[in-house]
Amino acid sequence: MDFQTFGTVLLQVFVGGLSLGVLYAIIALGYTMVYGVLQLINFAHSEVFIAGGIVGFLVFDAVQASTMNGYLKLLLACIAAMAVSGLLNVVIERLAYRPLRGAQRLVPLITAIGVSLILQDLLRFLVGLRGQFDLSVPLPQGFSNPITSLLGINISLLNLQVKDLILIGVAAVMLIGLNLLVNRTQLGRAIRAVAHDRQTSGLMGIDANRIISLTFLIGGALGGLGGVMFAMKYQALNAYSGTLPGIKAFTAAVLGGIGSIPGAVLGGLVLGWLETLLGVISLFSSLPGLHWLGAIKAEYKDLGAFLALILILFLKPAGLLGRSAAEKV
Amino acid sequence: MKKTVLSLTVLTTLALGSANAATVVKLATISPLSGSSSNLGLQIKNGAQLAVNEMKAEFAKAGMTLSLVAYDDQADPATGTAAARRVVADRTVLGVVGTLNSGVAIPASAVLAPSHVAMISPANTNEKVTDRGLSNMNRVCARDDAQGPAGGDFVVGTLKAKKVYVLNDKTPYGQGLADQAEKAMKAKGVTIVQSEGVAAEDRDFTALITKIQTLKPDAIYFGGLYGQVGPFAKQLRDKGIQTPIVGGDGYDSDDLTKLAGTGANNLYFTTVAPPLDAVPAAKALAASFQTTFKTDMQGFGLMGYDSAKIALQGMLNAYKAAGNKVPTRTQVETAVRTGTFNVVTGQVKFDKNGDRQTAKMYVIAVKNGARSTAGTVNVVRQ
Repeated sequence: MDFQTFGTVLLQVFVGGLSLGVLYAIIALGYTMVYGVLQLINFAHSEVFIAGGIVGFLVFDAVQASTMNGYLKLLLACIAAMAVSGLLNVVIERLAYRPLRGAQRLVPLITAIGVSLILQDLLRFLVGLRGQFDLSVPLPQGFSNPITSLLGINISLLNLQVKDLILIGVAAVMLIGLNLLVNRTQLGRAIRAVAHDRQTSGLMGIDANRIISLTFLIGGALGGLGGVMFAMKYQALNAYSGTLPGIKAFTAAVLGGIGSIPGAVLGGLVLGWLETLLGVISLFSSLPGLHWLGAIKAEYKDLGAFLALILILFLKPAGLLGRSAAEKV
Repeated sequence: MKKTVLSLTVLTTLALGSANAATVVKLATISPLSGSSSNLGLQIKNGAQLAVNEMKAEFAKAGMTLSLVAYDDQADPATGTAAARRVVADRTVLGVVGTLNSGVAIPASAVLAPSHVAMISPANTNEKVTDRGLSNMNRVCARDDAQGPAGGDFVVGTLKAKKVYVLNDKTPYGQGLADQAEKAMKAKGVTIVQSEGVAAEDRDFTALITKIQTLKPDAIYFGGLYGQVGPFAKQLRDKGIQTPIVGGDGYDSDDLTKLAGTGANNLYFTTVAPPLDAVPAAKALAASFQTTFKTDMQGFGLMGYDSAKIALQGMLNAYKAAGNKVPTRTQVETAVRTGTFNVVTGQVKFDKNGDRQTAKMYVIAVKNGARSTAGTVNVVRQ
């Protein structure tokens, strides 16, 4: 492989990993928000996420024939998915987690897994009512077009499509928005207060249940948005499609430091890049002295990503940007 | 003492009864007639029914009343095995056509084996169906292990590829298929630029596409299922890569073209179910199938017909060999295994395990979302 191809491949890995990584980051934020407030890992989040993807599919499918602007169609899909997933998450919290608030931490974790399995089959059933299993998402015209130049620079080598740019743009807006919400608003301050100490914040006049519900609403809405992004990126999904990205995003959240918003983003990006790089690394076996790389085939990309997780947790147990919290007494 | 006399009487009556009814002979089918694969199961049953209708007169000349009895296995091994037990109990059944699923055929044929009921399968592809060496189990379709090599031959022979990228979904099906295809291609001097796997649930092919773009293979062999191959083809074509993708019968679903969308082009897959346009001799048969059952004949209907023809011809051969007497099950079993039969899909001769000596694999091409037959590959078993 010559030098130029080498550079091209690295660039493609960078861009491909970026668009995969921000997707993980969006989902990871949902885990992190809930964890930050309740110290609970909401394992049902991957289903809340894929429910958003399915709602996105339904909207794209319904407005497919209309002459509406493509971005308006996307906006509709996003709003619908965020509403459904947000409400779904609130309902899950109300029914499965709140009654167990006082219980040991293992108990809500188990109900979370239970809810996740119930939702999977429920979604499977609902999609099945349409007589389908695999959904293929019809995208607005132009979303799949390749982008050949940006700001006058030829970027055809990067393999970017319009939808990749949308995905990266939506993720950026979302992350900034969420950051502002948590750090600059009254609601954000209340969320942080509840996360810090639920009882004392209650004494200060904050209705903890309401704040927790709102946190689940925001976390679920983010999941739903992630689902639409997933549906847009891959254009194919079924009721079980959420599981693998869900686990990856959870890994990303832990990698970055669960409970930390910038950590979730960093974790997602690291995971996306690592996976994409490991997927192509055997190409570099033609370089002198690196022929052993030929043995690292694409099937090891997940293995490598999870090994990296274990390694980082060994070195920094709280994750990349996590602070090791002092035990509350 | 009284009891023994009574049961002796019963036994005698039964024996006399069957002696009197000996002129009735039956062919049974075991296939899913309800459930999600009942469409294919009905094809098998209707195909066999057509053969029975045709041969009735010939059997009548020989003094036998021929009829078909159809059992529903619901694509379930336990139900299929129960059906096989009922076949064993009905002494007038001399042969079985079935099943659709290898998972049903394997236990059902084991139930039929001790009673030497010949079984002819139109559709079971698993190696174990015949590798157990049962004297009663035969099949007219090719085996799973023929699929990989047939795909490999197609890549080399028809697509004339010199450099091939091989991918599998890390399931026993996909990996087995890709391994066999790879072996066949290597034997014909093809360079395998990379052979690797991807988790069956994975829908992100960014890294793989970058690789394919850099390695520039002439063809891709992907051992996997339509649910993954569809999105893979779509993502690949979206990046402007038109390299042909070849695989096995895991691609055989209408959802493949839906999921692949604009990528439903330059896709090829091997299958044992003959597309009717690939078998010119089936034209008249398909017409009579349509008039009899008011539905179109598909590949498995044709295979069901051929299987039934072999069973019935085997019965007639055994009848002659037995000196124009109604043959026993063992005689029919031997006649099927050793005979040569000319049926619609060609000549059928079984090897010592019951595999067809020259079976066919068909290659289906998907171009712009539409299917056509791209070729036929002969699978010869030594």
